[in-house]
Amino acid sequence: MEPVMSTPDPQQLVPTAGQTIGPFYGFALPYERGHELVPPGTPGAVRLHGTVLDGAGVPVPDAMLEIRQADPSGNVPAVEGSLRRDGTVFTGWGRCAVDPGGRYSFTTVEPGATDEGSAPFFAVTVFARGLLNRLFTRAYLPGEERLEGDRLLSGLEPERRGTLVASREDDGSLRFDVRLQGEGETVFLAFPRHGR
Amino acid sequence: MDTQAAISGEIDGIHRDSDVEETQPRLDFAPYRSSVLRHPTKDLHHADPEGVELVAPVFGHSDVDPLEADLTLQPGGEPIGERIRVVGRVLDGDGRPVRGQLVEVWQANAAGRYIHKRDQHHAPLDPHFTGVGRCLTGDDGSYSFTTIKPGPYPWRNHENAWRPAHIHFSLFGSEFTQRMVTQMYFPGDPLFPLDPILQAVTQQSARDRLVARYDHEVSEHEWLLGLRWDIVLTGTHATWMEPSDGAGDEHA
Ligand SMILES: [Fe+2]
Repeated sequence: MEPVMSTPDPQQLVPTAGQTIGPFYGFALPYERGHELVPPGTPGAVRLHGTVLDGAGVPVPDAMLEIRQADPSGNVPAVEGSLRRDGTVFTGWGRCAVDPGGRYSFTTVEPGATDEGSAPFFAVTVFARGLLNRLFTRAYLPGEERLEGDRLLSGLEPERRGTLVASREDDGSLRFDVRLQGEGETVFLAFPRHGR
Repeated sequence: MDTQAAISGEIDGIHRDSDVEETQPRLDFAPYRSSVLRHPTKDLHHADPEGVELVAPVFGHSDVDPLEADLTLQPGGEPIGERIRVVGRVLDGDGRPVRGQLVEVWQANAAGRYIHKRDQHHAPLDPHFTGVGRCLTGDDGSYSFTTIKPGPYPWRNHENAWRPAHIHFSLFGSEFTQRMVTQMYFPGDPLFPLDPILQAVTQQSARDRLVARYDHEVSEHEWLLGLRWDIVLTGTHATWMEPSDGAGDEHA
């Protein structure tokens, strides 16, 4: 099948610049159960958690994370209901502001892979005071054979791949720390058409 | 603490070495002191979006009450300040409207004070203003908020540092890759050249796109002043397979 071109001839526009989220989003963006993609206690529920650290290894107390994910079968939900969660709809999106120790925690389910040949991951966006534009990254599930052949991971220097793979804690939870700078700096992503 | 002159000198130096292709803020922008330890030092890794990255979260009328677009509607009375309406459209990088998508705003009150508990600015809180709003865009990508004009406020980046008045905006597109947070500024603010956050956008043309313009067509007789500000998100990656006439199946 031929690609269907969008009509009319698209006009290329210059994207508006991003700006830092600043220090004072706390009363505006986080909301009740924003970090609970499924209610705690749901069968198969898992905690995805970690700490956001700066270039000195110090926790960042004013960061916010958002995640976007498939359900366990690899389907990407496109349904409303994230802001007023009723506990029955899985929207595949969540938001969590870190605590004063720089820690965040989502309650969710493990995503399935969305494409053949790629490993399952959470898409992650990071915002913080002092961070002038949002950063995109991925948190892959650990222990997956498919990590080996994953397109994005195999394009990275081996020593940096680990920054995108969550680790399994003794309690079964997934730990994914975000290092904004320096030793073990997380791999952050630019997508085509992002400009610079 | 550094003086404004020192900060402005640093800004000028970086601007001299910037190029016209830059449309986004520098992440590494030392005049904004908090960025020093919070920017990645490695280049961003260029990746093709896959799976979930191609699908934005969906929001709807169960998520957002239309009344949330009026920040002046407060129990017990009206906020103090210059009543304004900010309107505009959210477009993607191909000029197409972003439909039915969530827009979130937050701002200081007319005195430059946030209700956030860590805001220490010695300016009064307004019991009738929280400064938080939400809406869903219309079919033409339009949004509209009724609010009061926020005041500039001091911060501790350097000696006598003041943020120009602004409204924070949080935006989603049709893809997760288009997620963005930014700030809208007010026309003619003398604090623009002094502000390291705005000046982290190194090109004048790109900074100008962050400034709303006065729109008399939006102003209302004896009621409020109108501002217009359009927002362009980055381009989508799935444009060529956009469904039309039912021909929306696979990646062809
Ligand atoms: Fe602000």
